[in-house]
Amino acid sequence: MPDEKQLRVIGVPRRRVDARAKVTGQTRYADDILLPRMAYCKLLRSPHPHARIRKIDTSRAAAHSGVYLVLTGRDLPIQYGILPVSQDEQALCVDHVRQVGDPVAAVIAREELTAFEALDLIEVEYEILATFADPEEALATPAPRIHDYGEEGNIHKRVSLEFGDVEQGFAEADEVFEDIFFYQGNTHLPIEQHASVAVKDPDGKLTIWSCTQTPHYLHRALTKVLQMPAAHIRVIATPNGGGFGGKSDPFNHEIVVAKAALLLDRPVKICLTREEVFYCHRGRHPVLMKFKTGVKKDGTITGMHLQTLIDGGAYGSYGVASTFYTGALQTTTYHVPRYKFQGCRTFTNKPPCGPKRGHGTVQPRFGQEVQLDKIAEKLSIDPANLRLRIAESSNAVTANFFRLSVVNLAECIRRVVTISEWKEKFRKLPEGRGVGLACSAYLTGAGLPIYWNKMPHSGVHIKFDRGGGVAVFCGATEIGQGSDDVLAGIVAEVLGLEPFDIRLYTGDTDLGPVDLGSYSSRVTIMAGNAALQAAERGRDIIAEAVSEKLAVPKDRLRFADKRVFDSAAPEKGITFAEAVCLAEARFGTIGTMGSYTPPKSPALYKGGGVGPSPTYSYTASVVEVEVNPATGWITVPKIWIAHDIGRALNPTLVRGQVEGSVYMGLGEALMEQQEFRRLPKKLSHALVHKFPSMLEYKSPTSLDMPEVVTELIEEPDPRGPFGAKEVGQGPLLPIMPAVANAVYDAVGVRIDEVPITPEKIMKALAEKKAGREPRYGPGNFPHVEWPEALRVPPPWEGGDGNAVNDVPRTSRRLTEKEKVLSS
Amino acid sequence: MMRLPLFEFRAPRTIEEAARILDGEGTNAMPLAGGTDLLPNMKRRQQVPKTVMSLRYIEHLTHLQLDLSGSRLGACLTLADIAADRRFRNGLTALAQAASLVATPPIRNMATLGGNLCLDTRCNYYDQNYEWRKAINFCLKKDGDTCWVAPGSPKCMAVSSTDTAPALIALGARVRLLSRNQEREVLLAELYNNDGLDYIKRKPNEILAEVLLDDLHGWKSTYWKLRRRGSFDFPVLSVAAATRISGNDVVEEARIVIGSAACRPLVAVDAAKSLVGRALNADAIAEAAVLAARIAKPLDNTDFDMSWRKKVTGEFVTLALRELRGDDMRGERNNFMRSDAHCSP
Amino acid sequence: MNVISITLPTESQKTAHIRLTLNGEETDVSFAPYKTLLEVLREDLGHTGTKHGCELGECGACAVLVEGKPVLSCLLLALECDKKSILTVEGLGVDGKLHPLQEAFADLGAAQCGYCTPAILVTAKALLDHNPRPSRDQIREALSGNLCRCTGYQQIFEAVEAAMVTIAGCGNTGH
Repeated sequence: MPDEKQLRVIGVPRRRVDARAKVTGQTRYADDILLPRMAYCKLLRSPHPHARIRKIDTSRAAAHSGVYLVLTGRDLPIQYGILPVSQDEQALCVDHVRQVGDPVAAVIAREELTAFEALDLIEVEYEILATFADPEEALATPAPRIHDYGEEGNIHKRVSLEFGDVEQGFAEADEVFEDIFFYQGNTHLPIEQHASVAVKDPDGKLTIWSCTQTPHYLHRALTKVLQMPAAHIRVIATPNGGGFGGKSDPFNHEIVVAKAALLLDRPVKICLTREEVFYCHRGRHPVLMKFKTGVKKDGTITGMHLQTLIDGGAYGSYGVASTFYTGALQTTTYHVPRYKFQGCRTFTNKPPCGPKRGHGTVQPRFGQEVQLDKIAEKLSIDPANLRLRIAESSNAVTANFFRLSVVNLAECIRRVVTISEWKEKFRKLPEGRGVGLACSAYLTGAGLPIYWNKMPHSGVHIKFDRGGGVAVFCGATEIGQGSDDVLAGIVAEVLGLEPFDIRLYTGDTDLGPVDLGSYSSRVTIMAGNAALQAAERGRDIIAEAVSEKLAVPKDRLRFADKRVFDSAAPEKGITFAEAVCLAEARFGTIGTMGSYTPPKSPALYKGGGVGPSPTYSYTASVVEVEVNPATGWITVPKIWIAHDIGRALNPTLVRGQVEGSVYMGLGEALMEQQEFRRLPKKLSHALVHKFPSMLEYKSPTSLDMPEVVTELIEEPDPRGPFGAKEVGQGPLLPIMPAVANAVYDAVGVRIDEVPITPEKIMKALAEKKAGREPRYGPGNFPHVEWPEALRVPPPWEGGDGNAVNDVPRTSRRLTEKEKVLSS
Repeated sequence: MMRLPLFEFRAPRTIEEAARILDGEGTNAMPLAGGTDLLPNMKRRQQVPKTVMSLRYIEHLTHLQLDLSGSRLGACLTLADIAADRRFRNGLTALAQAASLVATPPIRNMATLGGNLCLDTRCNYYDQNYEWRKAINFCLKKDGDTCWVAPGSPKCMAVSSTDTAPALIALGARVRLLSRNQEREVLLAELYNNDGLDYIKRKPNEILAEVLLDDLHGWKSTYWKLRRRGSFDFPVLSVAAATRISGNDVVEEARIVIGSAACRPLVAVDAAKSLVGRALNADAIAEAAVLAARIAKPLDNTDFDMSWRKKVTGEFVTLALRELRGDDMRGERNNFMRSDAHCSP
Repeated sequence: MNVISITLPTESQKTAHIRLTLNGEETDVSFAPYKTLLEVLREDLGHTGTKHGCELGECGACAVLVEGKPVLSCLLLALECDKKSILTVEGLGVDGKLHPLQEAFADLGAAQCGYCTPAILVTAKALLDHNPRPSRDQIREALSGNLCRCTGYQQIFEAVEAAMVTIAGCGNTGH
């Protein structure tokens, strides 16, 4: 670990490298791209939630003045999807539509308005099919099938994992708690709508600009569907105007404009309307959860059994991974010696759910933290003290074989308790005011790639030139989280330069080595470590040449202030540019590579590929609320949050990520809902999104946002570059349960559901007044035919990470886990 | 990106010219004031006029004559102008508060008083894009046969969503409607129909030119708006109240109006009557609140549960009446409206 | 059912022309008459700094200043902007220097993905031009028509306050 005192860039609050471009309107987002002769594309989408396409007649549209091209599913029949196990999407539906908004045709015209009007000239004959609005319906009705694959009927995926004998855990408990929670779906709502521009070179190669978080995965999907060599396709990820996981799938519209550009020989652009963005969705799965937890009198957990029922929407997306995530991280915060997890994802006729900030771990975190609050109350232990008692420790391996690195959960709790004056407030504020506490953990990068392979997860190429210029090439994608700044800061620190001296070429599949993308909070640790390696290799080569020239031992050379000099005699040195020239003269043209692959995870069982991470961040938060008992009206005046980040590479940027996560968590806690409306079945088969607009989908305004006080816990984690862990997702997780716990402290009612709204609070208060359980929430968990649990003995029972009752492995080459994730 | 449909554009310089155009075009033309209601509706293809006629260049429509003895407000005064002008805070407080609570600051810089009074009624099933409405086979208000809010209903149940109308009705306002051959004054309370489709008595060839107010000496008024967030959202419930109180604290005249609880603003006649001759004490307020809440009939056409909106109506009326009594309600305003900036310019 | 009527423009409707003052420069522009100011700025005048998130007035990302006041360019017909003075994010700097608001937003983390930033910058400029010393609540209120999904607003408020101090120190409007 570098000497703290010597760091000049890392840890210094500074302007991020892309800030000036953003504040002058110079940053070029996808929809800002205007090319000569460019045509506009609009998609015709299904008005039916579930139907077969019997006939489609595009002749009138094609003949309309100003229309260049009309495409249907027959032009792009090859299926694709983000996960190898669920390649269930078609760029334009060929014969089966599964949601309102499923695209069935595309019109490309001279003007966008012309394309829009021509959509109405396309005649489609649909045969209406029965519609599934929620998992209960999907479970109960195996036909008609929304997809021909999956486990059976309309069940997409079922998971059953057992780590130790939970029944024995419950037998050993002093108290067993059973709670059911529901977390409503919600969406990312980035201010930038999805947009893409595709163009064909004169020699037939394709370039596409798109606001994608995952250019590499888009690249693979385009290769597959267009049946072109990958090397002839260039994907450029434009800076995203917000992503949050909503731009991580390859999308219909991206493939359509690519195809159209190839056919038309002119650039083709599409920019989705806000309503269409709601139909792309890939947002938070609605999840019903049943937690059964056994504890000793002192709060120690003896066993936990979690069941989740997940509403997947019309397509797979990341859903299989999401399913595992709804059970994976429950063991990473508090010690759980025996753990059983069962999850079931069904298809429904709604926009598909996928990864949204926190990806699948947010919902069960809500349940776990609220249940822990109920446990603390029953056991008469302060909720903060209870968590301190049972918090996991650094370097532990969990029951489900995730290896933890540095764990500062306890310090987060202590800090947030202090700054919020928790002890003076908890259960002590007047009626109508309350505080709630909750904690969480989150991955710093998914330990496994989306498609199984043995290659690095991130690569960085650095070019050094004689003018002292340094160019960094990496596939990492700037979605607002600051990935460009992370790369620039790390390279600048190592080479003794300023971040603004570094030129960055990111998100371009032609220019930079593969980086898997901006998801699962992986960029700082993976691209960052790759950049660190490449920069250190470069420094080493340059130091070698300078050492020879100056006759100074290599290890005494220092790179700082754009110079390379003898640390014992600082005036003896040369400029960085001179140093590069020396190195180039000595060794030839200088360029270095760095790459990063996460360490192997001990979770060897099938399904163990989702959840491992090089390290985890930890967060604790206290939320204060005011509840008006006459109306249920809820106000949040203040939020305190402590985040275990390892090291804040750029504190200004880090603070923004914490506050932004809190903001989004608060939105989910109070008002965000991706809800659907079914019309009376006798009158209509419609199943529509209740409010696909920015007006009716509620996101907090400047007037709704409370003051947020942030504290960072910085004990460097050896896994991260300069000790850094993630910050883009972790701080969102504790907010929702902290709000629920605060409402209980304020008015004595439990809202076991998200969002927590005045209507629900009023209903719970009415229950309380009537002498019934003062609670609003789901009443029961439906019956699911769970498969036989894969039994994996936890580490302390002699387990080795394998299941004892797994399907016998025939080949040592590919483990079951690998087969699950391979194409 | 959503685009406007094609249209012809007219920009008359005088009211007479404007009236002639509307007369000639009939229902093919729509007046454009601030555009903050018409343009979104056009982009969603809820309204597709052949001719859009801007009122922006008619000077007469922005005149302002303010006096407690009687006022004349041009219909094209912007909501921001009204919110910012201190003079409105002396006697026309309800209007100033209502105007300052509409939507957001940039929208208030564009939106007009007349536009807000003529605001299209709104509904979860109607204020949606063209493709969405296609998926439900449209609705009674536009291109369809069924009112999805109340499928058995023979009439449209879209909700009145204007903020300024309840406030001005509480102030006893009248409006002047001008057409090519006629000029008439209508009591604002009688301008609206209890029908979500045919919601306003202004004829397609009429321009709402002016709002007229009579003597307001001795009157105090207030406007309370309920919505999920502190800005952007339309009201899910509103209460406008005005009282004239005598020297010995007795209510001599009162008006209470409930907004966004029906297709039109509802005048709570019985509730207001119950206050006359009494002091605004706790009992009087409680009684009036119950009577006022009784007339509110919220349906499932806005944000929030309709049963919750009904339940909180009485409480909301109470808050408004307490403010008229002189209680310091800044805390409650901050709670419900996330700010009290609208209380003063 | 065809409920959209497809009308081909008459000759007189094919293009419209206006002259406006854009960021201090008198500018002529021709455009399809159905376009809003937002579309004309971005597509016909090459000023893509102004963004859009909904085109319906529900997010504030398209805000520009017309005659010094923040308005939503997605709800303003370009036809109605003849002879008007428009300020967009591209016009905030003067003589090659950033406006203090731009400096503060860049330095203090007020821009993350940057998509809402142009609209918030011009709105904040209008606020400070009108009220050089706003309170935190007044800043909150002035920006209540601009949605941001990234920052949680706090660093934005701080940046406005920092710019306020810089401008006050200069004793002028900040240039």
